[in-house]
Amino acid sequence: MTPPFWAPYKAADSSPSVIGSPLSTFALDRVSAHFPEAVVERYVDRAGGAWAVIHPDSLPKVAAFLKNDAELEFKLFGSIDGVDRLHLAENDPRFEVVYFLYSFKRHEHVRLKVRVSEHQPVIPSLVPLYRGANWWERLTFDFYGIRFEGHPDLRRILLYDEFQGHPLRKDYALRDRQPLIPERPIKDIFRGPGTSGHS
Amino acid sequence: MADSHTFDAKGHNPDTDGSLPPEGSELEAHLQSKHMVINMGPSHPATHGTVRLKVELDGETIVKIDPEIGFLHRGFQKSCENVTWTQCLPYTDRLNYLSAMMNNFGFLNAVEKLIGLEIPERAQYIRVIGSELHRLTDHLTCVGATGLEMGGFAPFLYGMEARELLQDRVTELTGARLTTSFGRVGGINRDLPEGWADKVHKTLTRTEELLVEMDGLLTRNRIFVDRTKNTGVISAEDAIDYGWTGPALRACGIDHDLRKAHPYWVYERFNFSVAVGEHGDNYDRYLVRMEEMRQSISIIRQALETIPAGPIIVDDWRIALPPKPEVYGTIEGVMAHFKLVMEGIQVPPGECYDATEASNGELGWYLVSDGRGRPYKVHVRAPGFPVLAAVPHIIEGKMLADLIPTFDTINMIGGEVEQ
Repeated sequence: MTPPFWAPYKAADSSPSVIGSPLSTFALDRVSAHFPEAVVERYVDRAGGAWAVIHPDSLPKVAAFLKNDAELEFKLFGSIDGVDRLHLAENDPRFEVVYFLYSFKRHEHVRLKVRVSEHQPVIPSLVPLYRGANWWERLTFDFYGIRFEGHPDLRRILLYDEFQGHPLRKDYALRDRQPLIPERPIKDIFRGPGTSGHS
Repeated sequence: MADSHTFDAKGHNPDTDGSLPPEGSELEAHLQSKHMVINMGPSHPATHGTVRLKVELDGETIVKIDPEIGFLHRGFQKSCENVTWTQCLPYTDRLNYLSAMMNNFGFLNAVEKLIGLEIPERAQYIRVIGSELHRLTDHLTCVGATGLEMGGFAPFLYGMEARELLQDRVTELTGARLTTSFGRVGGINRDLPEGWADKVHKTLTRTEELLVEMDGLLTRNRIFVDRTKNTGVISAEDAIDYGWTGPALRACGIDHDLRKAHPYWVYERFNFSVAVGEHGDNYDRYLVRMEEMRQSISIIRQALETIPAGPIIVDDWRIALPPKPEVYGTIEGVMAHFKLVMEGIQVPPGECYDATEASNGELGWYLVSDGRGRPYKVHVRAPGFPVLAAVPHIIEGKMLADLIPTFDTINMIGGEVEQ
């Protein structure tokens, strides 16, 4: 056995930027053709997945096109999450929100990305289009503080309302502590006859 | 509720002395009750984990329901961002504690995609076997618990017997019953134990027998069928819109399984079919799970028969720990071991999205690496999250009693939903 010796220690230095076989770019090509002004950037990630960076204002119409176009039909809602690019080389604008949709017709995922700045972290909501977006947008709001305009019920989902800050932002320390909060006043429920509850 | 059979044609009440009820009596009045808000959970036997359901009731009808989640939030993503790629593995166990191996392997698969790594064939077979074993335990728990909460204790016990036998096999393979932390980036960390395949064959035979028992006790059981058929119904369009995947989506009649649609590892070599339901109700979700278990048994048998000999992990010391004689006998071995343990795997900068079919649906991972040896971002698309999000849509306007079977058959797992 000849062990691969240690010369290229950082795999990053020598490996090509795309290693997977590129996946289909059909859907994003159609988006680019229909909304050339909406697509900020196109690229292929390391595993061959095609990405499109969408202008925030154009997101609803691009998503509606992906969902309703007869040749695409990206109807299955995948997920949403944020990325805080604070410590990355390229970090302006600071936040990225990623969207994954799936099409039964084309049997593939589509990967979309929207970039928003720290000062104006607002993106139009996709809830009118996909009901599945509801909780994912709440999750992204909860952990990154990105607001989704037009969301019917944008409040925290996993953390409690009194939580201060957004813990997945890179400037939130791993062992940061939250202040103790007083017990919430509870609107009493009907207790019925008897001595239960009040002595 | 004005029951038509309580009074005969003349308005006589056959249960009493035959006198007519007085005009405008209380019996005929529309009973207007105040809406009542009740808490189900956070620790309720039927919530399977800690989820709090705020239920607003009109009588027994659910007017509004608001699932409040987050009681099991452990900061999964934040924790992963501060440890090496290999150290994320124990955190992935805890996402779905009923089928930890699927989460382990799904995460590893995504990391390998990001590195651009092809793992040895034998490791792929072991991953298939491990995943299907845990798919069985997950479905057994779900089906058994459904039976239990519909009032049948016996099917639960049969399910638990099969599950315990399977857990024993899992223990022999991985060293742990639930939190397996099995597999490493680039393959598998330990090979199948001696004589393990025969034990698995015996366990699978016993599991099949127990499945027949469970099937006999539940599938045509009047109480069970009444509680599950036509309850918790969701249409295929709604399910897709909410982002359902896995058995819950297939029960709506959509033939979608990532093992078939995008075969990963060696799934395309096995002969199995995808169970698809029709009505999208609780009963179909139960039936789909039962059939998937039979298919999983068949996959494990095929895999054990055709598993090739060979290495179980890649031979690249930047990824996998060197064999111990090399560590103790050569300077290169020591260096590689030290570097890997202290600094972790240097995953090149980049991003990728990858998904596998876990027991409850598409388990997706979006990983970002900045090349510093730690994940920059670990996004997990837990299959239970969109499923739970659709519960208000399914259950509002239905009876409180329908909530229990619905909550059972969607099989929401607190660990993955609440990260």
